[in-house]
Amino acid sequence: MIEVRNLVKNFGSLEVLKGINCRIREGEVVCMIGASGSGKSTFLRCLNLLEQPTSGEVYIDGVCLTDPKVDLNKVRRKMGMVFQLFNLFPHKTALENVTLAPMKVLKLSPKEAAERGRALLAKVGLSDKADAYPGQLSGGQQQRVAIARALAMHPKVMLFDEPTSSLDPEMVGEVLAVMKNLAREGMTMTVVTHEMGFAREVADRVLFLHEGQILEEGTPGEIFNSPREERTKTFLSKIL
Amino acid sequence: MDIAIQIFPVLLLGAGVTLKLTVISVGLGCVIGLFIGLARLSTKQYLRVIGTAYVDFFRGTPLLVQALIIFFGIPQLINETQAWLTATYHVPKIVQNFRFDMWTAAIMACSMNSGAYIAEIFRAGIQSIERGQMEAARSLGMSHVQAMRYVILPQAFKRVIPPLGNEYILMLKDTSILSAIGFVELTRRAQLINAEMFAPFPIYMSAAFLYLVMTLTFSRIVDWLERRLKTE
Ligand SMILES: Nc1ncnc2c1ncn2[C@@H]1O[C@H](COP(=O)(O)OP(=O)(O)OP(=O)(O)O)[C@@H](O)[C@H]1O
Ligand SMILES: [Mg+2]
Repeated sequence: MIEVRNLVKNFGSLEVLKGINCRIREGEVVCMIGASGSGKSTFLRCLNLLEQPTSGEVYIDGVCLTDPKVDLNKVRRKMGMVFQLFNLFPHKTALENVTLAPMKVLKLSPKEAAERGRALLAKVGLSDKADAYPGQLSGGQQQRVAIARALAMHPKVMLFDEPTSSLDPEMVGEVLAVMKNLAREGMTMTVVTHEMGFAREVADRVLFLHEGQILEEGTPGEIFNSPREERTKTFLSKIL
Repeated sequence: MDIAIQIFPVLLLGAGVTLKLTVISVGLGCVIGLFIGLARLSTKQYLRVIGTAYVDFFRGTPLLVQALIIFFGIPQLINETQAWLTATYHVPKIVQNFRFDMWTAAIMACSMNSGAYIAEIFRAGIQSIERGQMEAARSLGMSHVQAMRYVILPQAFKRVIPPLGNEYILMLKDTSILSAIGFVELTRRAQLINAEMFAPFPIYMSAAFLYLVMTLTFSRIVDWLERRLKTE
């Protein structure tokens, strides 16, 4: 479903991604771990072209995103993204956050969009907050609205960039629960996370990113219980 | 005091002209400023160059000189070009002795001038919106234009209200410069009255008083708006 070939990203003279190859299959949950600065966010952002890769190719459903002729606005709809800092639109209510893109991009009628929006807010457990502004919601609630907002475009893949790392500890659970639910429903997900419990329980595969390369990958059991690489061991010992 | 009371109705007319000119000019300035501000933030280099040149010119030269160019300079240019075209290529004359009327020239000068300042206000306002807002909008499949229109600009507009109010007050005072090209607004009106009555102190104090009423009223309105938007 997603195929990444030899992805390289430089910021000026800084080489952040040094040739990444990977495949993400339909329905698969892939967790990505790695030290700060190893390029995890950059990798996710290259997947939906928020960051223009320096070289290499990204394919989704056989469409090459890095082809200059491709309509980016169209292919981006296939990928929902959830950010570390939520990035909700502060001037819109929770429901409006969810319905804005379906109305403006998919041209749904306000009524259709509202139906879809309410269903999604219910799914993330926030039916009663439809009319609240982001500023009136807790971090965990905001992140759940952000997930609903991304789901409203009916994406084929969800990209999560450390969705719980700016949350107070007591709110991490509610967001992870929503994500586990999604995984169970068969959503294809790529998750950058430091929540090893989540990775163990939900991930089909774990990638360890080190200095812009995938140094090791395997099932959660392989990576967490018997890592092959010395650097993976060092990293895991620091965060577990 | 007698003089002040006597001239007050006439001065009030002048104040009306000043107010009207300011409202129209800042209104048009907002339209110009939005386009120039967006041009300065464009990914297209030629648009950035145009935007920057515009802002540099109108902020880097005095309003008086701009008004002189518009009111005297441009008509001369048009008339001489036309005369030259007629003499050399026998192009028939379109207008005899082209001139701007006072209002047109005044509105052009003030709105183009304030457009440059407002462009900078809009640019700063747009840039003050966190990058994540644009990224979230784009990641949902919105185009750059849609993201600007539905996500960035509505937030930026709230933030630019105080500096925009400030620009309005500056413009209100700066319109007095147009008295130099003979546009009869409040200051010019006071000068004309003074030429007749020769009582500069009460006359100019009255004019100052009227300016003060207009600027203070407006700054109170902006304060109120600002507070209302904050609590939202
Ligand atoms: N827009 C940018 N311009 C220049 N350098 C950047 C930019 N974005 C990221 N970098 C650099 O690229 C490197 C990788 O950044 P990235 O955000 O992908 O790391 P990360 O693995 O997500 O780290 P973290 O766990 O802290 O989020 C860092 O050294 C960072 O400073
Ligand atoms: Mg990151």
